[in-house]
Amino acid sequence: MLRSLQLESEKCTGCLQCEMACSYENEGVFNPSKSRIKVFTFHEEGRFAPYTCSQCAEAWCLHACPVDAITINPGTGAKDVSEDVCVGCKVCTIACPFGTVNYNADSGKVIKCDLCGGDPACVEACPTEAITYVDASNAGMDRMRAHAAQTIKA
Amino acid sequence: MAWQKRVLRVDLTNGTCNEEPLNMEWAMQYLGQRGLASRYLAEEIDPKVDALSPENKLIMVTGPLTGTTASTGGRYSVVTKSPLTGAIACSNSGGFIGAEMKNAGWDMFIFEGKSEKPVYLHVENLKAQLLSADELWGKSVWETDEILHNVHQDPLAKIACVGRSAEQGCLYSGVINDLHRAAGRSGVGTVMASKQLKAVVVRGNLGVGNIANPKAFLSATAEAKKVLAENAVTAEGLPQMGTQVLMNVINEVGAMPTRNFKEVQFEGAHKISAEAMHEPRESDGKPNLVTNAACFGCTIACGRISTVDPKHYTIENKPEYMGASGGLEYESAWSLGSDTGVDDLDALTYANFICNEDGFDPISFGATVAAAMELFETGAITLKDTGGIEMRFGSAEALTKAAELTATGDGFGRDLGLGSKRLCEKYGKPELSMTVKGQEFPAYDPRGVQGMGLAYATSNRGACHLRGYTVSSEIMGVPVKTDPLSTEGKPELVKGFQDATAAVDSTGLCTFTTFAWTLEDIAPQVDAACEGNWTPESLLEAGERIWNLERKFNLDAGLTKEDDTLPKRLLKDAAKTGPAKGAVNRLDEMLPAYYEARGWTEDGEPKPDTLKRLNV
Repeated sequence: MLRSLQLESEKCTGCLQCEMACSYENEGVFNPSKSRIKVFTFHEEGRFAPYTCSQCAEAWCLHACPVDAITINPGTGAKDVSEDVCVGCKVCTIACPFGTVNYNADSGKVIKCDLCGGDPACVEACPTEAITYVDASNAGMDRMRAHAAQTIKA
Repeated sequence: MAWQKRVLRVDLTNGTCNEEPLNMEWAMQYLGQRGLASRYLAEEIDPKVDALSPENKLIMVTGPLTGTTASTGGRYSVVTKSPLTGAIACSNSGGFIGAEMKNAGWDMFIFEGKSEKPVYLHVENLKAQLLSADELWGKSVWETDEILHNVHQDPLAKIACVGRSAEQGCLYSGVINDLHRAAGRSGVGTVMASKQLKAVVVRGNLGVGNIANPKAFLSATAEAKKVLAENAVTAEGLPQMGTQVLMNVINEVGAMPTRNFKEVQFEGAHKISAEAMHEPRESDGKPNLVTNAACFGCTIACGRISTVDPKHYTIENKPEYMGASGGLEYESAWSLGSDTGVDDLDALTYANFICNEDGFDPISFGATVAAAMELFETGAITLKDTGGIEMRFGSAEALTKAAELTATGDGFGRDLGLGSKRLCEKYGKPELSMTVKGQEFPAYDPRGVQGMGLAYATSNRGACHLRGYTVSSEIMGVPVKTDPLSTEGKPELVKGFQDATAAVDSTGLCTFTTFAWTLEDIAPQVDAACEGNWTPESLLEAGERIWNLERKFNLDAGLTKEDDTLPKRLLKDAAKTGPAKGAVNRLDEMLPAYYEARGWTEDGEPKPDTLKRLNV
């Protein structure tokens, strides 16, 4: 079964544990600026929103890449960047409508979420279950359930 | 490791920024944060210097666990000599700038001298420079934050700065970071402004590596997070209610100072409590509380984000205050509310916004307003002194006007900026000031919580709940329940809390974790991250070392045993209601035994053997 990240901003407290887990998993240091998932603070609204690649089926980044460095991982459905192939041209960062592919100036390559090969570190790290890894076909299930609950009220 | 092993020394007189290695010999004894910066300060300044002179120094400091995945590992402190108390000051703050300093490659910034013109420090990884703050001087914290983010075109930069109150010399101004987190107490912001240093802007992407034993660290931090997630206070009480979870509890046990400590229970407590913050209001059907919020790396998330009622008189035609911002913690709800007798939740929230916007400590401010109200009601000050404000207990209008004036140092705000001690002395009623060593009390009446009386009297930074929070034991039963009305065993209890807290502060973790964690939970995290052998025992010893170092600084600064006391009101006037009815604080029963437990002389001076044992 294909799974995907489900991000529920109303549960997020803005603690950045996900960013630390992501950067540690991928770079070996606690470094939010190297995280593939980002938490945004909307101070005046009092809201926090985690955001990362949604692994589009028809991925703009994949089609834009001139050297075929981005491929679909058959196990997870993630669009993986091959560091060996990537030339750091950044065309994918322009192509992505959501801004979730970014350039890493230290390596000269782009980085994006690869679902950690099917065991996303951010999910494990989130203390409030604002990030979960669920059946991709039913990512709206919790919200459906909440609304379904309304229908059984007298 | 876990330290970046790098200190940035900023000479404001000469306008230079230089890198130097962290003194690792001291780090092994004092960890980081509060302890390590106190060691630097004690070495580098004469404790007798005028706190607002160029000879004083100001240190922004992180701990070894700051910026790591350890829960709450985002704390930093501002350490300096306090203009409010004349003692050593260490004000601890959360938010995000501490972790950013570490990510930029630094453990510590030391500011010395005084700039000729207003400046701010800009740090981008290892590059640091002083830039002109001519355009920023006279701006509030919130304006400064916005301007600097725009100037540097960097929404991810983290900013700490002082507001207008500090520029105007208010003696309890703090350093505000991330808009609403504060190194709040003891006037550390006043010192920063005295150096003409307006702000510190930090951006780092180097990361925090250098973990001595990464595998052990990940496992120790994961275990410890589990403990927080399974504890009723850290998993439910604090995230749902914030520290405000205490309001009704402390009121019921009769330890809620009310109207400048004239009483110990506040009839309006329920109107300004956590529960009240959750109640939908009439005007827009929304509650005061918008959400809880976490500081960097914190899995508790006790922070409050609130709005003022859009129909409230305080924000009429002021759209800039209609958005959400940092809301009431227990301390600010108490000082702005119970201590002044004001039970208008929106007035308190607004006053708290003003404290953040212009960077002054809501505890000291509320307590100073309370003292001014008593001065007014007893006739010691008049409308002429207050500029026409009816400073009466319970007046929301007086409170919010006082906040606006203190923010800018205008009118009666100039007097209020003196703090309670100097205000009461100025008007001939020193006995009305509820302070220790010149610093205003926090929200626990020591007549109803005996151990806190001793903790206040002996705190190295003046009256403070965060130097030895025996409320935890005396009221909440953590780690063991003791009788709040008894003095038995309190000297040892206070010493234990003081030493453990000094150690926790110095790691870069948050003291609120100790509702669930003991040093048994903290030591494995420190030990895995840092070189050296860190056990609960060695942490406790480091805490005791830090306490004695701070004490020695204060004695060298001219403080004496006579300063280890409480206002007469708490020692002579009995509590009128509640479980503590009839009680005063029995400090004299505890203080001599405390000195003895500390290995100090009868005059409260560390014995040579004690200093030698601790290698101070």
